[in-house]
Amino acid sequence: MVKKYLSKIYMGIIFIFLYAPIVVLAVFSFNESKSRGHWTGFTLKWYVDLFHDRDIRLAFYYTISIAIISAIISTIIGTIAAIGINSMKGKAKSLILNVNYLPVVNPDIVTGISLMILYIAFNMDFGFNTMLISHIVFNIPYVILCILPKLKQLDVHMTEAAMDLGATPMYALRKVIIPEIKPGIVTGFLMAFTLSIDDFIISYFTKGEGVTNLSIVIYSMARRGVRPTINALSTIMLSVVLILMILINKRTNGMEKAKKLKEKR
Amino acid sequence: MKDRTKYFAYPYVLWMIIFIALPSFLVLLYSITTKESNGLTTIQFTLENYKKFFDPLYLNILWDSIYLAAISTVICLLIGYPAAFIISNTNLSKRNTLLFLCIMPMWMNMLLRTYAWMTILGNNGILNNLFSLIGLPKLNMLYTKGATIMGMVYNFLPFMILPIYTALSKMDKALLEAADDLGADKKTVFIKVILPLSMPGVISGIIMVFMPAVSTFIIPQLLGGNKNMMIGNLVEKLFILNGDWNFGSAISIVMMVIILISMSIMNKFDVDKEGGARLW
Repeated sequence: MVKKYLSKIYMGIIFIFLYAPIVVLAVFSFNESKSRGHWTGFTLKWYVDLFHDRDIRLAFYYTISIAIISAIISTIIGTIAAIGINSMKGKAKSLILNVNYLPVVNPDIVTGISLMILYIAFNMDFGFNTMLISHIVFNIPYVILCILPKLKQLDVHMTEAAMDLGATPMYALRKVIIPEIKPGIVTGFLMAFTLSIDDFIISYFTKGEGVTNLSIVIYSMARRGVRPTINALSTIMLSVVLILMILINKRTNGMEKAKKLKEKR
Repeated sequence: MKDRTKYFAYPYVLWMIIFIALPSFLVLLYSITTKESNGLTTIQFTLENYKKFFDPLYLNILWDSIYLAAISTVICLLIGYPAAFIISNTNLSKRNTLLFLCIMPMWMNMLLRTYAWMTILGNNGILNNLFSLIGLPKLNMLYTKGATIMGMVYNFLPFMILPIYTALSKMDKALLEAADDLGADKKTVFIKVILPLSMPGVISGIIMVFMPAVSTFIIPQLLGGNKNMMIGNLVEKLFILNGDWNFGSAISIVMMVIILISMSIMNKFDVDKEGGARLW
């Protein structure tokens, strides 16, 4: 009995450790005074400040547009690639999977500088395009990793049956394969979107004149010290990611439950 | 059908060659050439960039990075193992919630989570205000090595808990009963059965914490201040400020090699035999 309480207390401390800083950050974004240690009263002025700041508005615009465009493009490329990879065999398949895995395991800083070197080798102007391509580069592997398990579960006989009944391969793809792996595609899209709005390091090395994202703005402000506007901005970003995460988690849980039901039958 | 869909992968293969393989090759090329190489005609190969690394100034930075990352890893292990153990022993309904709470922070922006600690540790921060409330003197906590370690433990703790949890939950419970039946007390069961069986998870956890910790540049920059440079800060400085790409590339290659070696060690001890798709 004592042991049970001890473990509850232990887990409680761990979660306080993990979440208290985030809560503190959010609470102090509503604090009246600029010096951050004391609570002096509730205000929304730091949020209002955010909307008047031109740089932040611009960074917000770039963050969202890059997240949407890169998520859409990487979902399309990733889905097609995953279907192809799934029907490959042997060494070629494992080689492709390993190279695909590289941006996932590489430290972000190495991915960032290697892309930066690539753009300079190609004489590209740094700006919206370089940042967008970089986000697509690191998003696709995650999309593929989301879709591949769904493809593995797919019953091969279904496509064969469809084609025996006269469907062309393209028709079978559209009417059988895509609907079956749709949950994986949607999760992949959400994940790509989340990763994109969250990214700092790779964007930092591939940003251009006048084109930044919110993380870069926060970094350059935070280097000079704590400011309530950063707290406000951070709170907004954290809430967005929190909502997206709960969505992704609900989806995967729902999928697992559906799978279990299917197995029971 | 299967034969034909194979070709779907080819455009992505081309994409990978351009955006994954070629950039890595270029980094390698920069690392073994001199600054004066401007094109194919003037290219000059050298190992100077790697030799530079053995300069005491840079060796110190490397040593500091490894040392700080190692300490954080040990602290994560000491805190994380009991947590993973407790989670694996709770009943199924609660277990998923506990796991979700552990995973959640991993998906929040590392920059923001690190910044949050600036608010807490600063000279006018919350902790110092609490100290002065109870009459303690103000402590200088921000911009120290301790703050960097703190930030790393905070950011990477979930990476330790999860693999250990996976190893523990996949353990065959019959083995514990067998040990119990054969007369082992709880301590012996833990040391002789549970601990060895959870070793693959422990090794995965150590690598998954150590890898991002040794290569981070946000945490030492924001919490450690300018004095406590780590290898990631050095790379950033070489590329953004100094423009010494050749040396910067050499360091990146060293980092990449360290990561690839760690990955292959981890694959050997893989807990999840289901394959590579480990996203958490």
